[in-house]
Amino acid sequence: MCLAIPGQVIELVDEANYIAKVEVAGVRRNVNVGLLGGGDGGVGPGDWVLIHVGFAISRVDEDEARATRELLEEMGREYEQELEELKASVIE
Amino acid sequence: MKFVDEFRDAELGRVVAGEILAAVEPGRHYKFMEVCGGHTHSIYKYGIDDLLPANVELVHGPGCPVCVIPMGRVDDGIALAHQDGVIFTCFGDMMRVPGSDGSLLDAKAAGADVRMVYSPLDALRIAKQNPDRQVVFFAIGFETTAPSTALTLKRARAERVANFSCMCSHVTIVPPLRALLESPDLRLDGFIGPGHVSTIVGARPFEFIPADYGKPVVIAGFEPLDILHAISMILRQLATGRCEVENQYTRVVPYEGNLRALEVMAEVFELRPHFEWRGLGFISHSGLKLSDAYADLDAEQRFAVPGLRVADPKACQCGEVLKGVIKPWECKVFGTACTPERPIGTCMVSSEGACAAYYNFGRFAREREVV
Repeated sequence: MCLAIPGQVIELVDEANYIAKVEVAGVRRNVNVGLLGGGDGGVGPGDWVLIHVGFAISRVDEDEARATRELLEEMGREYEQELEELKASVIE
Repeated sequence: MKFVDEFRDAELGRVVAGEILAAVEPGRHYKFMEVCGGHTHSIYKYGIDDLLPANVELVHGPGCPVCVIPMGRVDDGIALAHQDGVIFTCFGDMMRVPGSDGSLLDAKAAGADVRMVYSPLDALRIAKQNPDRQVVFFAIGFETTAPSTALTLKRARAERVANFSCMCSHVTIVPPLRALLESPDLRLDGFIGPGHVSTIVGARPFEFIPADYGKPVVIAGFEPLDILHAISMILRQLATGRCEVENQYTRVVPYEGNLRALEVMAEVFELRPHFEWRGLGFISHSGLKLSDAYADLDAEQRFAVPGLRVADPKACQCGEVLKGVIKPWECKVFGTACTPERPIGTCMVSSEGACAAYYNFGRFAREREVV
């Protein structure tokens, strides 16, 4: 649970509840982007974010997202488990 | 320097390792604490302590959220999980943490409806799908995780999900650091500040460490080079007589933190007068509970929770490991009675725990050294 994994925002699916669809390692799931603000200051399609327990906790640039993903991939088992748990998640 | 070649930028790795070597005073012993379990994991995985001069020692701090949950709290969760009609939800790591009579995983095997969730929002969805059941979310974690619980509770309130509640065991990072700094059996020279927690709280909450205790703090990222760089920055502060909070992880951590996250936390939570930490005992104002405005969503008010206080198992030295007084392999039960498969102490449960990280990455190398 302690990992923060990078994902790219695909689209906002429920603006009122700050729910966005993100892509993480080829998997698309909904997460909450409410901690990054709403309206014009909020995240939008194409933005990269770090995701922790189903919430985007910070915005990062693409290079940082790639570097973080590579570091996590080197972790092996823990990252795979985190991705499995993310896959099982259904945030509405 | 064999591991340096594996770094993303091997050349830079050599430069930083050289800077560290140049900054240490021979004859002085340096003890730095990495607060965050994610750093502990990286340090063992990449053998960072092997790259450091012999007089620079890394001490592993209390920043693993699973590791600091005391046994009584697990027992309380299990008691709640066994109540009629309850679906008890928690993060996967938490399922394996031993209480005084088994873990939540054991409770599940014994018939309790315990479900692993990735997100508190998954727990809220389960509540909406099961309106005739009571769904409790066992919330753990530092400030990295607490805002997520806060937003989930705000949504439960907005959508009037009456069968959802939260057993709040969130903790805050500053009080245990202050407790460690006050502890007479531990002398530290500086801190590698946590990366993810600082994303939320920013750098300001750590300013008391240089101001009141005269120790440098450098907030660091999780790549091996980040950690080496942070150590070099701490050493440079010490060598030049500076003492401040520096942010090595500026690419992710804003100095002011995430104001929106801090706002929702302040709205939904309030500090408990004291909270028990595994191995560290009771620490004042170190745990969060739901604020009066959210008291109706507090599982500890909705249900009869025993409020158990259980002493840590005698054989387990998690407390000394969490305080950095002993190294994982110096614990009497490390790797024998206590393993990641059958943990006695919480530090062996999560991959961020010092014992599990050491067991997974360091144990065999250490055995070779001993032989």
